[in-house]
Amino acid sequence: MESKKTVLGSSVHFLSQNAIFVVLVVLVLLIAVVDPRFLSFAILRDVLMQSSTRAIMALGVAFILITGGVDLSSGRMVGFAAVIAASMLQIPEYARRFYPDLPHLPVFLPIILAVAACMLFGMLNGLIVAKLQVPPFITTLGTMVVVYGINSIYFDMPPNNSQPIGGLRPDFTALGSGRLMNIPVIILIALAVAVIVWILFNKTQLGMNMYAIGGNRDAAIVSGVNVVLTIVILYAIAGALYGVAGVLEAARTGGATNNYGNMYELDAIAACVVGGVSTTGGVGTVPGVLAGVLIFGVINYGLTFIGVNPYWQLIVKGLIIVAAVSFDIRKYIAKK
Amino acid sequence: MRREGVFVEKNDKYALEMRNVSKAFPGVQALRDVTLQVRPGTVHALMGENGAGKSTLMKCLFGLYSLDEGEVILEGEPVSISSSRKALDLGISMIHQELHPIPERSVMENIWLGRAPLRKIGGVRFIDRKSMEAATGKLMKELELDINPRTLVRNLSVSKIQSMELAKAVSYNARIIVMDEPTSSLTGHEVSHLFKIIRSLKARGISIIYISHKMEEILEIADEVTIMRDGHKVGTWPAKELTTDLIISRMVGREITNRFPPRRNAPAEEPVLEVRGLTSSFPKSFRDVSFTLRRGEILGVGGLVGAQRTEAMEALFGLRSLSGGKILLGGKEADLSTPIKAKRRGLAFLTEERRATGIFPVLSVEFNLLVAHLGNYVSCMRLLEQKRMRRDARESIERLAVKTPSSRSLIRDLSGGNQQKVLFARWLLINPEILILDEPTRGIDVGAKYEIYSIMSELASQGKSIIMISSEMPELLGMTDRILVMSQGRLAGIVETKETSEEDIMRLATKYVA
Repeated sequence: MESKKTVLGSSVHFLSQNAIFVVLVVLVLLIAVVDPRFLSFAILRDVLMQSSTRAIMALGVAFILITGGVDLSSGRMVGFAAVIAASMLQIPEYARRFYPDLPHLPVFLPIILAVAACMLFGMLNGLIVAKLQVPPFITTLGTMVVVYGINSIYFDMPPNNSQPIGGLRPDFTALGSGRLMNIPVIILIALAVAVIVWILFNKTQLGMNMYAIGGNRDAAIVSGVNVVLTIVILYAIAGALYGVAGVLEAARTGGATNNYGNMYELDAIAACVVGGVSTTGGVGTVPGVLAGVLIFGVINYGLTFIGVNPYWQLIVKGLIIVAAVSFDIRKYIAKK
Repeated sequence: MRREGVFVEKNDKYALEMRNVSKAFPGVQALRDVTLQVRPGTVHALMGENGAGKSTLMKCLFGLYSLDEGEVILEGEPVSISSSRKALDLGISMIHQELHPIPERSVMENIWLGRAPLRKIGGVRFIDRKSMEAATGKLMKELELDINPRTLVRNLSVSKIQSMELAKAVSYNARIIVMDEPTSSLTGHEVSHLFKIIRSLKARGISIIYISHKMEEILEIADEVTIMRDGHKVGTWPAKELTTDLIISRMVGREITNRFPPRRNAPAEEPVLEVRGLTSSFPKSFRDVSFTLRRGEILGVGGLVGAQRTEAMEALFGLRSLSGGKILLGGKEADLSTPIKAKRRGLAFLTEERRATGIFPVLSVEFNLLVAHLGNYVSCMRLLEQKRMRRDARESIERLAVKTPSSRSLIRDLSGGNQQKVLFARWLLINPEILILDEPTRGIDVGAKYEIYSIMSELASQGKSIIMISSEMPELLGMTDRILVMSQGRLAGIVETKETSEEDIMRLATKYVA
């Protein structure tokens, strides 16, 4: 039987197992056919830069999806972190400072504050989900609204009164637009985060417990997995990653408003799902999530690049979500 | 619409033929040239060890898998069964081992699901509940079932739900009904009731394909027996020409002289576990259960379905809340209020519901083996030592002879018996002092059963203590040192296995049954 396996057969198998990566490559090639300039270093670097914060965020959401949950609060947390960091990292000469008399802070202090705030909200999500057993959808829907409310109150404080925060310090914006050996720092940060998350997923007890909880929560309890603690830690890590993404988003764009990150949560979920993370839990990989993010990055940037109407881009995005998942899910449907 | 003429004779011969069926999955040839011939109005038993291909064959019949080779001939006519809907339309029904009714709906709604009688009011179609109820009532009467069509399925016993599923099959005008391990959760009384229904179905000319591991049952109810092994058909024999030993030897391909391995364990006097007055926080569950477990002892737990055996033992593993009682480990009171604490104190619990609380279906065999033991592989860097994990997984697979293409395969692709071995191995890895096994051999073939018994016996002789909940009398009598019998949530008695009999245990089991 085995020897009958043709080259064609095994390559079909390879394609179906790696559908996401194939889609990504095909997409890049299609755009390159229309306009070969797309394959230049500068352009691909831009795509990666834009995808960096999205990738960090999507990796956070992946933790939650793999446990069988969902996180709607991620987008608003990105906005919250962006505003906190930006509000404390403006240049002294800037006319409309958020804190007019704020002394010069070391750059890491507001960043840590912003990340810690999001981590705290993540932890809160985790506690509500694990301890009170409120469904993650509802829990994070609530947090999403609350975080936006808190962010807006903060953003509306006098003297800022809901003005966009600008005039950010160059030592901060360097995180978003700086280069290290001609490679944007933001890409390096995203890569470092991806490596850390990969290690967490694959090499730690926490990661194994995450897959166990998503794979079969009741079996995990019987097997002596500390489900409550694990869920709280995972949501906290996810929150911290949204914080990092938010900080970088502020640094990259050189500003922040309370509407930063709006609807990003849906993009993050879409990227994860397209990247092969199961919405029913237990399945998902870091390379898959990254590929999912890049697919959307390429669509956003590439279709604009070749002059496709932005409204058409929405339609393409929507179709890709459904098509990719319906293709990917064949791997898990009982063999016929 | 039967055909006339020459076909009639053929029809009389077989209600169903599956000819030369082959089916392969990646890495496994599940069926190889299997032929199954079922005569009309008979009970045809399908037997074989787990992984022999029985379920695959039935899934092919029910349109859940497509055939690689072979054909299905129904009452003389070749048919192609592409979906379970098609199978139902052709008169083939299947009653699965694990029933999946809709609990919050009534019996009649479950039976007529998706094809409820309709009535037009002003051009809009509504469900005609009256004629649905009448049809259900008629069906129940025909089958002599005492089930109210309006009862919510949630309120029915497992045995009643099964009867309902049978009624549903009949309502589809089924000519062939496949029953997969129908008696696995029935009491003796319920089994004889089921057999009565089966006989009346036979009298209506319906053929039953009956999958079971229980020899005594097969010999009682079956007309013919087809035995499979490793995806092949071994043969078909009239049931009256068979004996338990013959069936077993044909199933495993070798002579089995003993169903139970020799016992070498010698229980010590010292108790490792003492339970005093264990009482559930739910009034209808168990109460005032006291017993001791000695080092190196295998303690059986018997009783009827509903005796709250599982609940009481799950309480020892922190899975049920208690309102009273003490648990002593090594003479000192122990807090076992969560599985984490129980595990830390050297307890392990193999649950009864393999799918619901045992396996992680979408994860690998290796993951499933190691999940309860991960803490042991955390290195100083907080990372997992994957080399050691892989080695231990491989050793476990070898030790329990788990049949799997690789340790990376998903556990859901394994047969039930092999999944059970993986779960057993999971708990052996944590090297527990006390193992609680809830129906450890349910739905498992003779060969795998023997292997599990051997491991139990070996563990006990090493000084480990085992509590085994079982509904199978031979297993209780063959494998234990003492048997604790529960009845209606209460302790009915503890007997020495050597000095007891099936009758004694049954008497205790019904002690508090009103």
